[in-house]
Amino acid sequence: MESRLLVLFLTAALAAGAGGCARQRTVAAGDSGNPPVIEPEVDRREIEQARIDTEDFEIGVYMGQLSVEDFGVNNVLGGHFAYHITEGFFVDLSVGRSDTERTSFERLSGAAQLLTEDEREYSYYNVSLGYNVLPGEAFVGENRAINTAIYVIGGVGKTDFAGDDRFTLNLGVGIRIMPLDWLAVHADFRDYIYDIDLLGQEKTAHNLEARVGVSFFF
Amino acid sequence: MRVGVSIVVAGLWLIALQARAQEQHPEVTIQDPFIELHTGPGRGYPIFHVAGRGENIEVLRRRTDWFQVRVARGEEGWVPLEQMARTLDTDGEAFEVPGSTLEDYTRRRWEAGFLYGDFGGANLISAYGGFGMSENLQIELSIGQALGRFSDSVIASLSLTHLMFPDKRWTPLFTLGAGRVETSPKATLVGTIDRSDSMANAGFGVRSYLARRFVFRAEYKSYVVFTSRDDNEEIGEWKAGFSFFF
Repeated sequence: MESRLLVLFLTAALAAGAGGCARQRTVAAGDSGNPPVIEPEVDRREIEQARIDTEDFEIGVYMGQLSVEDFGVNNVLGGHFAYHITEGFFVDLSVGRSDTERTSFERLSGAAQLLTEDEREYSYYNVSLGYNVLPGEAFVGENRAINTAIYVIGGVGKTDFAGDDRFTLNLGVGIRIMPLDWLAVHADFRDYIYDIDLLGQEKTAHNLEARVGVSFFF
Repeated sequence: MRVGVSIVVAGLWLIALQARAQEQHPEVTIQDPFIELHTGPGRGYPIFHVAGRGENIEVLRRRTDWFQVRVARGEEGWVPLEQMARTLDTDGEAFEVPGSTLEDYTRRRWEAGFLYGDFGGANLISAYGGFGMSENLQIELSIGQALGRFSDSVIASLSLTHLMFPDKRWTPLFTLGAGRVETSPKATLVGTIDRSDSMANAGFGVRSYLARRFVFRAEYKSYVVFTSRDDNEEIGEWKAGFSFFF
């Protein structure tokens, strides 16, 4: 065992020594020839491709009215984040919340409360794909034209309401007006569809939302 | 109220930031006989100005595949990517634009997407981000939420994806990964608690490059959930959706 270790050490030492000798044997290559007579100074302007400002992302806030089936029409506040994939298609992630009111049944009967206060909070998120169906221009006054686009949008998401998370489908249309190149004003109309069985039997509820928002391209 | 005010303040600050951005913009020279400036970044917008060969134009910003440029006389308009690719930069070389063709897709590094499907009977919404280590191999992190009749789950998975023919439009792919599943039974069931288990998954799918930066993806994965009970759970998942690349 020890002799093997000794052989190993000796081999390593030999290799290191040989390597060191080999390095010393190389001839140092010095500067041969005369330095250049003229050294022109070329000032090159380089385009850095990364510095072209690509503005495909959009972030914004919105507010509007959300009609929750059986639970009244309430204010909704939310934000959305979008990525424009092509000039037609874009992907939108929306997050919003609303506080619903009591149903007419609860108000009339006086006693039975279907939901606790916590359960009345309606919050949702969804991921949708949109398509700019009708791009165009809107003319403001005599000399100004601003770009607009009417789009259809649809997607899937989750709604947290009445104590449960519900898978939600959403469909909608909207219009995007761009008074400045990086600023957009949206007006959206959406239909949120989910299954709910709170009032006895399971049914498909349609919640309609009308909202207005402002967003920035960056 | 306070939330509203802070949102408005943040918005105004963003506006101010944009207004103050007076950076040096890249300049290119037109090599074609002329390029056309459109009034907006999209199909249908009319041409309102034409810039001739040899003119220097400033590239202000890019939106999807359109570039906003400013000509010497001050007009600003949008030029499509195909025309921009034929201009020259100050070195006299073709203006390199990271474009949106199948070739660019095979050379991409980052990819992200959203998929919808079915996870063991529950509706599944899933998002993923991927990094291309080579043309064929990609590492992906995906997060999904499954909403079912009896329980909801959150699934997080880190996986390795292999694309068989990355330079073709259609290619099959294979994935292998591991992660965690967090299951929370529905409120209406009694006596059940949330549980969090590790899992491993393997799957196959197909990826199709559609157009520009749009990619369609569909896959089937088989999950083995390592539960604390005696039996491991096996769940089948299929999903399809769209992804885009950077």
